[in-house]
Parts: sequence; structure tokens; C-alpha cells
Amino acid sequence: MLDNLNLLVLAPFLNVQLLVDGLFIGAIFALASFGLALVWGVMNVKNLCQGEYVIMGGYFAWYMGAQGIHPMLAMPVAAVGMFAFGWVIYKMIISRVVEKDMFTSLLATFGLAIVIQQGLNLAFGPEVQVAESGYSTHTIPMLGGSITVAEIRFYSFLICCAFAAAIIGFMKMSRMGQAIRATAQDVRAAKVMGIDTEQVFAFTYALNAAVCGVAGVLISMIWVIQPFYGITHSIRSFVVVTAAGFGNFPGVIMAAFGLGVAEQFGGFIFGAEMQQVTVVGALLLVLIWRQVQMARYRQAVQ
Amino acid sequence: MTIVANERADTVEPTARRMITPNDLIMFGAIVLFGIVGPLLFPNYTFQIAVLWLMVLFAQTWDVMGGQMGYNSLGNIFFFGAGMYICTVTQIGLFTDVGLYTSSSDGGSFLFTPDQYYIGVAVGLLFAAIGSSLLAVALGWIVFGLRGPYFAIGTLGIALGAGELVGAWEWVGGGGGIPIPVYPGSGDGKSFFYYCLCFGAAMATFVFLKWLYSTRFGLAINAIRDDEEKAEAMGVHTMRHKTVAWAISAFFLGISGGLFGNMTGFIEPLEVAFPAPTFGLFMVAMALLGGKGTIWGPVIGAILFHIVKEATWTYFLGWQWVALGVIIIVNIVFFQQGIVGWLQEKYPAWFGIEVEERPSGVKGAAE
Repeated sequence: MLDNLNLLVLAPFLNVQLLVDGLFIGAIFALASFGLALVWGVMNVKNLCQGEYVIMGGYFAWYMGAQGIHPMLAMPVAAVGMFAFGWVIYKMIISRVVEKDMFTSLLATFGLAIVIQQGLNLAFGPEVQVAESGYSTHTIPMLGGSITVAEIRFYSFLICCAFAAAIIGFMKMSRMGQAIRATAQDVRAAKVMGIDTEQVFAFTYALNAAVCGVAGVLISMIWVIQPFYGITHSIRSFVVVTAAGFGNFPGVIMAAFGLGVAEQFGGFIFGAEMQQVTVVGALLLVLIWRQVQMARYRQAVQ
Repeated sequence: MTIVANERADTVEPTARRMITPNDLIMFGAIVLFGIVGPLLFPNYTFQIAVLWLMVLFAQTWDVMGGQMGYNSLGNIFFFGAGMYICTVTQIGLFTDVGLYTSSSDGGSFLFTPDQYYIGVAVGLLFAAIGSSLLAVALGWIVFGLRGPYFAIGTLGIALGAGELVGAWEWVGGGGGIPIPVYPGSGDGKSFFYYCLCFGAAMATFVFLKWLYSTRFGLAINAIRDDEEKAEAMGVHTMRHKTVAWAISAFFLGISGGLFGNMTGFIEPLEVAFPAPTFGLFMVAMALLGGKGTIWGPVIGAILFHIVKEATWTYFLGWQWVALGVIIIVNIVFFQQGIVGWLQEKYPAWFGIEVEERPSGVKGAAE
């Protein structure tokens, strides 16, 4: 551990390398967290199967890759497929827990996460899979060749930026985006104004699933996917949204970058097997920090 | 259709839980009878029935927090694992060097004499219970400023993180685990010995909690569930009550962890000691199935859940987890008050609850 720290001090370019890697990974975390921030802010549902949606999206890419189709092309398919899946799940389950207390939604989605994990396990087996993009061997040298970035990471960074811009634009400009923001502010008032809030909820939840699916396609090309890897992604999303506060998109992006960088450094210093501990540690740190913040006003974090 | 379970609970329960009804005695008698006759009738299932009692213990200890105090923890399994590791390390550490023992796969060929074994188990369980309680007090500082979903996620994080950290701690065997000292005697003797301990632990938990809920402390934690701010305004020291309640959960969970470790004979951090996605979730599901916030709910929920689980394990090979997830979803979405909660609304007299007819009187009929 100390050796690794020493290495970071001796070779400053390693810091830059880790920083860049962290930012590129963080962009994907931001994408997955966007949806959670939306669902949490609009309908107050704590979606604990966020990570499972990401993994499902990844399996779209892997499956198409295995059929000889380029995994990048899986992105629209995953988006549409996950949108439909999210809609169905909303109608079947989530619409019944929106009104109930918050633990209900948490536990119902936890149960859903188990069903999805095991369903994927039965369908595709427990092996670790990766979608071959064909890019991953190339690298783009940056800063005079001292650091390298895998091409696929660079492309997915661009895609994430495009998606983030599209979502923010959609929320700001479109009619549906306005309706979502109005519902987030006050459900009853939105209803009085003639907004079909049920429709808005269903759309928001389906949009969340679709965005997660896209993030999953990218993750399946950059990292690996496996039916049970979802929980880490769920916790990442919770870390990001808890740190940023829901409905705060710039905050989500900053927090996701921060988490990505923290994970890269944590993984490097403590060893790769401690990466999940870094995520959980970040969660606890964020929760403690929020408590300290709220204690000033003599209030609990809720 | 929707009845707010808590709303009924605050009006009727405090009187009900103060007394022991004849039905309570009949139920308790039936369970004790099964506990004694069960392993005699089904000697091949002694291990399974012992696990059943641990499940009953799990659900009850979860309910102290989740049902009675309104703090839904997803990470109570942490104390199970902590108790398991504390018990094992004590058992080994009393008589030999722990680092040496854990570093070799066969326990360093160190043999425990029967006396050493029994003393080790007794002291180990005691340390496990106390150590887990102390950990609960310490962690309470970190998590009790959180409410609702944040508390659930934070505790889940603790359980997941603990599993990974113990996996990286070489002194206690790391990810490879520790082989437990071997029972000095026959296999049947071992399963009988641990059966008695598990049964005793579950019954002790039940009797203790039944008594606890009838005291002022029980009322105070109910008050925290119903409205924490008001409870604090009425002079309940909420932080102290929450910490003590969690320490009580941890005390019994620590014992159960120590027992389970000894029963399986081999412990390992992710699958055996800190299994948040299996046992950690089961304890929540069992309490909800039976009806949280009731004294009998967790017991009945655990018994039913365990039987259903074992049946699906045997007959739906491969699909058992999917079935389990579906059960949890259906339970939480459509049947939230649980079996006992539902019965309590339907037949309040069984539980010694006297329902006062109200002028508006729609509460009971709303179903």
C-alpha cells in the first residue's frame, strides 16, 4: 500500500493517468445516476435495481456482439428495449408502491433486483462476459504520449456527454420534460393543472431504465458484465445521488466524476480487490458528511 | 383495501402486548412441543430444524428495529457475521495462536481437547454476543442520524463493506476462511448439541422480547416509530433508546452467528458470514411475511418462509431464487401487513385486543 503511494509521488504522470481514467469512468456513472436522480426526485422511489438495469443493457450489447453485430449498434436497441421493460415494470409493480412509504419501494425494487439477477443467470449463465468492441486495443496518446486512454473509453465519454446534454435539453425544453419537472415540484398541483401524473411517472421510470440500458452497453464494452455485478452499480448510483441531492443534474455530474476518480485512486493504492470497499466507503463517507451537514440545523438526513 | 398498519397499531397495540393471552400460551406451547418432538420425529432434518430456529431468531431481532422502532435495517446481517468471527477467533485464540491456525488449511493440525472445545464455545458465544453489542453501539454513532431509505442503504453498505474488509484481513483467514475446531464426538452428538443451543437461543430471544415489549422501553421505541420528533419532545432520549435497541438485536444475532459458524464447520466472509443478499434479506422478508411490529409475526413468518424456501429449493431447482424474489415483491406490494397483521385486523379478539367502536367507525370496515 505504501509502495503504491510512493509510486504516485515519484511518478506524477501516473496521477494524471488515474485522474483521466477516473473522469472517463465517472461519465458513465453519471449516466446511470441521472435516471436514479430523476426517479428519486420525481416519484420518490428509491430504485435499488438500478444496477440490474445497467447489467441488462450490457447483455443487449453482449448478445448482439455474439451474433456478429457491432455492440455499439446495440445502444438504440437497448434503449428501446429497456424503455419498454421499464414501462412494464412500472405498470406492474412500481405504480403500486409510489404512494406507500419509502422503505416499501426500496424493498420491492430489491426483490426485483434478485429476480432480474437470477433471470439473467438462468438465461446467460454466471460467466463474466465482455462485449468485444474491436476498439479496445488501440490507444490515443495524450500529453506527449506519457498517458494513454483506450479508444473505447474516449468514445463512450463523448457518448455520455451527448446523452447528458440531450437529457438536460429534453428536461428544459420539451413538453414532457416540463411536465416531469412540474410533477417533481408538487404532484397534486401538477394534477390540478391537468398533467396526467400517472403517465409522467411511467415515462420517468421507463426513461430511467433506458438511460441505464445505454450506460450498460458502454460498461459491457469497457469493463465486464456478470448477472450479479449489478449491486455495485446500484450503490454507486446511490452514492452519487446522495452526495449531489436529487434533481440537481450538475451536482450529479460532479459527484459522478468525483466517485470515478476516487475509485481509480482507491483501486490503485489499496489494490484492485478493494475497489468495492472504496465504493461502499464512499457511500458511508457521504452519509456521514450529510449528517454533519444536517446536524447544524438539528435535523436528520431523510 | 389499504389499511395503514401503523395507524391501527398505535391505537390498539400497547394494551394488547402487556398481557399474555391464552392464545399466546397455546402457540408458545405448540412451538416448544415441536422444538422437542421435531428432531425426534425427523432425525434426518435436525440440522434443518436448527437452522429454522436461527431463522426465527433472525426475524425477531430484525423486528426489534424494523417493526417496533421503524428503523428498517438491511444490514443487520453484519452482527451475524461479526458474532461468527468473534466466536471463532475466541475459540481458537484461547488455546493457540490465531494467525498460525488460520494460515494453514487444516487448522495447523492443532487438536482441541473436549474440555477446551466446550470452554471455547461457551466463552466464544459470550464474547460474540457482547462484542456484537459493542459494535452496534459504535455503529449507532454513524447511522442513527439517518432516516428511512438512507438508514437502510447505509446499513446495507456496512454489511457489504464488512464482508470485503474481512476478506482482505489475513489474520482471520482472509477470503479463504477458517476451519472451525472439530466437535469432540459423533456427528449425531454434534447436531443434537447445536440443535439444543439454537432452540434455546430462539426461545430465549422470544421470551426476552415479549417481556421487553411490555415494558416502558417497548412503548418508547414504539413512540420513536410513530413519530420520532414528538417522542423526543415528550422527553424520550431517542438516541439512547435506538442504540440500546440495536445492541439488543446485535446481542442475539451475535450468538446466532457463533452457533451457525460452529454448525457449518467452516466460515468464510462473503457466503457464510456476511451474506447480505441471502440471510440478510431473508430476515427482512420473514418479518414482513409474518407481519412486522407484532410479536408472533416474525416467528410465524420465519417458519412459513423456511418451509417454503426448503420446498422450492428441492423442487424448483434453478428457479428458486426467482420464486423467492417474486414472493418478496408480492408480499411487499400486495400484502404489506403480513399474516399476523392481517389476522389481527380480522380477529382482534384472538390477540386480546379490544377494539373500541368509534363514531366514525370505518377503520375496521375499510378492508
